[in-house]
Amino acid sequence: MQERKLRALIEDVREGKLPRRSFIQQMVGLGLTAPMASMMLMHHGIAQAQTTLPYKPTKRGGGGTLKLLWWQGPVHLNPHWATGTKEQEGARIFYEPLAGWDADGNLMPVLASEVPSAQNGGLSPDGKVVTWKLKRGVTWHDGQPFTADDVLFNWEFIKDPATSSSLVSIYKDIKVEKVDSHTVRVTFPKPTPFWAEAFVGTSGMMIPKHLFAPHIGAKSREAPNNLKPVGTGPYKFADFKPGDMLRGEAYANYHIANRPHFDAIEMKGGGDAISAARAVLQTGEYDYAWNLQVEDEILKRLETSGKGKVSIIAGGNIEFIQLNPTDPWNEVDGERGSVKSKHPAFQDKAVREAMGLLVDRKGVQEFIYGRTGVATANFLNNPERFRSKNTKFDFNVDKANQILEAAGWKKGADGIRAKGNAKLKFVYQTSVNQPRQKTQAIVKDACAKAGIELELKSVTAAVFFGGDFANPDTYQKFWCDLQMYTTTMTQPDPQTFMEQYCSWELAQKANKWASRNISRWRSDDYDKAHTAAQSELDPVKRAAMFVTMNDLVINDGYIIPVVFRPRASAAGTKLVAPLSGWDNDLWALAHWYKEA
Amino acid sequence: MGPYILRKLLIMVPSLLGISVVLFTVLALAPGDPFEELATNPNVPPAVRAALRASLGLDDPVWQRYVHWLSAMLQGNWGFSFVSRINVDTLIWQRLPVTIVVIGASQILALLVALPVGVLAAVKPYSWFDRIASTLAFIGFSLPTFFTGLLFILFFSIELGWLPFVFRADISATGWEWWWEHIKQSIMPVAVLGLAQAASWMRYVRSSVLDVIRLDYVTTARSKGLSERVIITKHVVRNALIPVVTLIALQLPQLFGGAIVTEQIFRIPGVGSLLIDAILRNDTPVIMAVTFVLSALVILFNLMADIVYGWLDPRISYR
Repeated sequence: MQERKLRALIEDVREGKLPRRSFIQQMVGLGLTAPMASMMLMHHGIAQAQTTLPYKPTKRGGGGTLKLLWWQGPVHLNPHWATGTKEQEGARIFYEPLAGWDADGNLMPVLASEVPSAQNGGLSPDGKVVTWKLKRGVTWHDGQPFTADDVLFNWEFIKDPATSSSLVSIYKDIKVEKVDSHTVRVTFPKPTPFWAEAFVGTSGMMIPKHLFAPHIGAKSREAPNNLKPVGTGPYKFADFKPGDMLRGEAYANYHIANRPHFDAIEMKGGGDAISAARAVLQTGEYDYAWNLQVEDEILKRLETSGKGKVSIIAGGNIEFIQLNPTDPWNEVDGERGSVKSKHPAFQDKAVREAMGLLVDRKGVQEFIYGRTGVATANFLNNPERFRSKNTKFDFNVDKANQILEAAGWKKGADGIRAKGNAKLKFVYQTSVNQPRQKTQAIVKDACAKAGIELELKSVTAAVFFGGDFANPDTYQKFWCDLQMYTTTMTQPDPQTFMEQYCSWELAQKANKWASRNISRWRSDDYDKAHTAAQSELDPVKRAAMFVTMNDLVINDGYIIPVVFRPRASAAGTKLVAPLSGWDNDLWALAHWYKEA
Repeated sequence: MGPYILRKLLIMVPSLLGISVVLFTVLALAPGDPFEELATNPNVPPAVRAALRASLGLDDPVWQRYVHWLSAMLQGNWGFSFVSRINVDTLIWQRLPVTIVVIGASQILALLVALPVGVLAAVKPYSWFDRIASTLAFIGFSLPTFFTGLLFILFFSIELGWLPFVFRADISATGWEWWWEHIKQSIMPVAVLGLAQAASWMRYVRSSVLDVIRLDYVTTARSKGLSERVIITKHVVRNALIPVVTLIALQLPQLFGGAIVTEQIFRIPGVGSLLIDAILRNDTPVIMAVTFVLSALVILFNLMADIVYGWLDPRISYR
């Protein structure tokens, strides 16, 4: 049914009845990412929209210095090691991928001359081969030409396990060949529906072969250019002090006419998020500040100074609560939270349903997160205006009481419901973080009204997310009844993201809890859908599968999404900076300019 | 004197070893590792993280890692940062000049305030001047620097818009403008650190001058008919300063360590902010190097204070 509906919609777009943009918005509403929706259209031969970024300046340079404030500064500038976005962003000033993702999920060619498609012969019908045509006339900052050899080298560099690149899983199974000096062919081992990962966006920044070739594999640490990047980007390297200051100046031979607008760029690191917001919004000392994890109330107050504005960009991060399907308190085969056990209370669907009704997502959004956390019913990223029809959320204490009562959970003398030996008394853990503690309090209050007692526990983030398998308080171990955190979606395609509910990823003692299914939720239907999606080439069928997976997770009640968390950043009033939730903040840095 | 210094230097060795053992064990026991971000990144297979940990020797037993670190350190190799893969000594040298200038300037400011105010307050104890100075001093050292720092920012940067609150080590201007920019951005951090320090030093100066000013030789000098100015500068202050000098000498290692909180507030790229970043990222080699050098300096300056003390007061002998 899903599939047929999607096909009809695609036909509407083809005939011009439905604007492309609204199609993508509807897909996002179903819990798909914008890049996925866009690829669906491309597969059906509907050309993707040309990304047009507004740009007024008519000549290169003349814009003065662009001052960026990154409250955690980058510490190295090799994009292939970047463990966090700060290093990726620092590297993105100098390095560029073959293509980037715009805010609507369209691919915009950067170092490629065009985006591969079935029409231009870039995509093979069997879904195994992608041919990239490179832009001609692109030069590295030292004057050397950028060619297919460089692309080939980046693949070799990353896939070498001794390099220990954080991108290795994207590149290790593909094969890259040079067709001619400006064409490369990427071959996948099996039909790959989402091919725009290698060489694209955050995972595709190109480093020059002629400088890095002697430093591949284990020797990569010694490469002098790890700290002195030579790229193809709009700004060339001037000076770098790790964690403090990164400076660049306009590259006179940049491959796009009239860009960049600024003569120089600075990225200052250090400090904290609030004062970074202040330096842009209140004093105007800086032009742009990244990743403002600040309460919305404070941002709003700072915005009233009129020196700058806050941008909220949708991405795929979600703050959610997990109900433990296993028994965290008793050992089975010498293991707490063993997947062989069942949670004494949560195995009753009525309790799960009641818990879902007791999370006041609207309240959490209104009183805690504001614009930076939007109430949602879906696990796959989902801005509220395009809410999926399949799932919905409700906050209703009376209904929760009725459900529990009907299921035989009776209130005891202490006001806490119980049935048999099981009592509705749970431990609810999360990391130490003010908004999270406030959310905990809101949930605890509502639960108390329904005869459920929650004991709140907060663990320092370094321990909670630390992954130390000797520590009992990590989120991977999940040795309590409920826990809450944000899971981040780092790439536009949800396949890896959704792996966190596959039974083969269950975090257990045997794998030192290092696997990704931390919630320990599993379902055979889900496993089947995920396996099928891995090799389903028809993007429409595949999209329908992800919608089904999302619904399977949500409707079982073990996973309670709370708010979807967009990224917030601040920019000076005159700065025009196109942002995208599917790529780095600096993905279109070449096109940034200041209004006169 | 010679044997005394030698003995002290020899005692330094076991205490430094002890300090390094404690530091290393505490860091090894602390939760988290430098590749935390990899653990939460679904793109990175756990094997990559494990390989990285193994390549940096993080999976070896603690004692093995310690011996490894110690032998490298003894050969002058400070190791490299786990997160940036830059040599630790390079990182520290990058940060040291700013720290020395900012902390140095604040210490000088503290001295310039504490000495005259402390002496004047002691010369006329319980006068109005003394009372006001003492009250301000109490306020000064009871208010933590992170609080005064924020107050300064709110007042001078946001209300008045006079001073920038983001410190920049490399200013592109040249000549006078360069100096002016540097002075402008240093005023707030130097004032915050310097005034807090001055407040406590002023109390020390005051009490030690009070001790001396009542001694018989001062009365003798006075009865000789010397002017009050000569009595204070030549006879009182010189003797009163002996304990103060030791105090200042012990404060000097801070020139290396920086001021963690103040550096963070004003975004000063000094050693203190390097240390706090390293701690937040579990970057053990950097934490070890900074804290170890700092403790070595503390011990060394202790020894120097001992020596200076004897030179100032010949009655003290070394055995």
